[in-house]
Amino acid sequence: MNPDEIVAAVGESRPRIEGRLKVSGSAHYVADLPMPNLAHGWMVTAAVSRGRIRDIDATDALAQPGVLGVLDHRNTRRLNPDIAHHFGPDRSLPLLQDEVIEYAGRPIALVVAETPEQARAAAAALRVTYDAKPHDIEFSMNHPATRPASTLFGPEADTGDLEAELAGSAMVVDELYHTPEESHSAMEPHVATAWWEDGHLYAFDSNQGPFGISQVMASLFLIDPERVHIRAEHVGGGFGAKTICGAQIILAALAAEHLQRPVRVALTRRQVFLATGSRPPTEQRVRIGADADGRLRAIHHHAAFAQSPLAEYIEWCTEQARTLYAAPAIRTELSAVPLNLLPPCSMRGPGASPGSFAFESAIDEVAERLQIDPLQLRLLNQPVVSPVSGRPFSTRRLVQCLQEGARRFGWAQRDPRPRVRREGNLLVGTGVAAVAFIAGVFPSSAAITAETDGTFSVRVGATDIGTGARTALIAVAADALAVGTERVRMHIGDSDLGLAAGAGGSRGTTSCAFAITETAKALREKLGDSARPVTASVDTTPLINWQPAEERYTYSAVFAEVTVDPATGEVRVRRLLGMFAVGRVINPLLARSQLIGGMIGGLSMALHEESVRDPLTGRLVTADFAGYHISAHADVPTIEADFVADYEPQDPSGFNGLGEIGNAGTAAAIANAVWHATGTRHRTLPISLSRVIERAAAQDRPEAVSVA
Amino acid sequence: MTDDTRSEITLRVNDETYRLAVDNRRTLLDALRDDLNFTGAKKGCDHGQCGACTVLVNGQRVVSCLTLAVAADGAAVTTIEGLAGDGELRPIQEAFIRLDGFQCGFCTPGQICSAVGMLAEHAAGWPSAVTRNGSPHRAGELTEEEIRERMSGNLCRCSAYPSIVRAILEASAREAVAG
Ligand code: FES
Ligand code: FES
Repeated sequence: MNPDEIVAAVGESRPRIEGRLKVSGSAHYVADLPMPNLAHGWMVTAAVSRGRIRDIDATDALAQPGVLGVLDHRNTRRLNPDIAHHFGPDRSLPLLQDEVIEYAGRPIALVVAETPEQARAAAAALRVTYDAKPHDIEFSMNHPATRPASTLFGPEADTGDLEAELAGSAMVVDELYHTPEESHSAMEPHVATAWWEDGHLYAFDSNQGPFGISQVMASLFLIDPERVHIRAEHVGGGFGAKTICGAQIILAALAAEHLQRPVRVALTRRQVFLATGSRPPTEQRVRIGADADGRLRAIHHHAAFAQSPLAEYIEWCTEQARTLYAAPAIRTELSAVPLNLLPPCSMRGPGASPGSFAFESAIDEVAERLQIDPLQLRLLNQPVVSPVSGRPFSTRRLVQCLQEGARRFGWAQRDPRPRVRREGNLLVGTGVAAVAFIAGVFPSSAAITAETDGTFSVRVGATDIGTGARTALIAVAADALAVGTERVRMHIGDSDLGLAAGAGGSRGTTSCAFAITETAKALREKLGDSARPVTASVDTTPLINWQPAEERYTYSAVFAEVTVDPATGEVRVRRLLGMFAVGRVINPLLARSQLIGGMIGGLSMALHEESVRDPLTGRLVTADFAGYHISAHADVPTIEADFVADYEPQDPSGFNGLGEIGNAGTAAAIANAVWHATGTRHRTLPISLSRVIERAAAQDRPEAVSVA
Repeated sequence: MTDDTRSEITLRVNDETYRLAVDNRRTLLDALRDDLNFTGAKKGCDHGQCGACTVLVNGQRVVSCLTLAVAADGAAVTTIEGLAGDGELRPIQEAFIRLDGFQCGFCTPGQICSAVGMLAEHAAGWPSAVTRNGSPHRAGELTEEEIRERMSGNLCRCSAYPSIVRAILEASAREAVAG
């Protein structure tokens, strides 16, 4: 084919390649995959937050029909205790190894039976007794156990003379912000089916990166990584919750080995809440000093988050403070507070979402107190180079996002005074927030075979958890090979495909796209008029520059309009607009969906989501969708997400990731709009009814409560 | 084979009749998925709180996780697999693809079955909580607000909500014809 006739696939809106499967019920997720001779495991979790298991009496459970066995710490094989995960050592991974309990929800046993009903009934007959010890779940940044967080992501910022600049400022905002524990709540509960064959472990597992999981499983079971084969073809969402090696696959593999037959472990929704990682609660102090004209002089962001004593973790809330605005003095601090809580796990917009809520609320407070338009304040303080490292930005189109967003949103018509817009009983307000999210790629590999029939088989260990990775990577491959997309056969979702970044950190698709682009280049050099298939493969590990001269981020400006009924406390988002600078966009249709989805996640964070624990037991009381509300259809208005033209020079194709940026700025924009509507600043999420309701208005309009 | 714990039932699923012996505790969802291999309906919560398991029973949408299989004995069940006839997608399925009404796709079978049931309810004149001047026989016009209200039992954590609503609205006229 004449290359000139090929329409570039990148940049085109194309529906998902697996769309037909997904709308007809023929996309098979892990729990849909049949397996002969399958046994079913039912996970049992600890009911105390701290202590020891005194005894697990399985007599009655084992006597029940269909029961094949009960695994606990006394009869389970040893796993590697010295295991590390993304953030460092992780003692939460070796399951069923001892009687120690450090959080409620810790898996302590697995009951295996012929059917799920039998396993569940037998699990209910298990008699577990504990020696409970006093637990501590009381999170505060002033907790005596508070310590500096891991600096795996690099040192925190400390430039200029912070105290001198604060002392010299005309006005200082110094406030505390709080965000609660939150749950990812992917619609597909975690599930795995595992079996062993000739010393090889095979599994279907619902995860965000089968290659990474295979490496952890190999290390945990102390076997050669080549002997672990994990598939995740279709995954029902993850949002970070499936980036870690989950209890489901560890338990399924243990039981399958123990019983010498395939075992499926499907977590219930309740168990997903209880036993899979959550976003930790944060407490954040932000101090910002400014001159009367709005120039920032000092920025101090100190964030603390809860973590488990079992595993290292980083909720990097301080990223915004070091990059969004210029100031002569910037200091960031990050603290970890070990408590008897579920080990946290990165959730969409990790660090950035809670961090941006605090920081961009504080920036709004600066504008409020100086009586400067919050959009102008943000534009006024834009840095030319990174205010902390002094390095230039590879691309920074935040100003364009702010300006274009303001134009479309009609910001110029906004009356800056709070609590002046009313529609009937409703208060109306608008708000804005800016946000940055760090970008880059992780090492990945790809193999492409030029088949003799003119098609190209692309093998890359990417996962499509709903990101559209499969569809996007086909477009990338087609352009890199200079062929039409119909000639590309994409194979993803299998650890046997080799080293590949998981769908996480906004880096899955960009990392795999980079590998595909480089592999296509290598293949085109190899191609002759061969009558046999020709294959090339590239591992990008040596190609990644970990010390680039320029800082690499994606950016967004989010604008929100809310209505507030002071008599009921109900906040409704009426309009949401996000403008995004995310490099060159591979597929605008899918990218918009992902960004809008992220923004709705931010809306849900702002108004609805909160995991509540009983202080007496430490147990989660919101372990279902009735207790833990995530945004539903009726909560969601029309939402606009669009792009400013952008190109990432650090990427051979100009790409950046966009999995988190939609989420990260939305809560702050909504909180700022709620202030504008009501005149009250909400520094604690979620901005729920009980926090917003105004006594006088409720007394005035008692009928409002019954109507609403 | 039946005893105290099992019963023999008949289900008509997607126009085929099945006789099966089920554990009395088995839900319709598990029977469809595990006994009959209709795995399109998904288990998102098993508590009637997410809508992922929605199927049509005698034409009406139900959460199959809260329906015991024995209670559906003799019923006609339509699952997502049975919505499309002979490889032809229904208008609503086609609109979901074109307008990107899903991301991970896990809630999608439930959203689509629920939408088909919801459109029938609307066509039959059932009002919703947001229907203005609604009476038991007046549903008014099918607006985005109406769709959002009526579809709120179907959660989507990927939050494809705006495109789902658009797809339903766009397909509604043609769905009514498709029946
Ligand atoms: S699985 Fe039935 S409603 Fe959630
Ligand atoms: S598409 Fe993922 S939950 Fe709806």
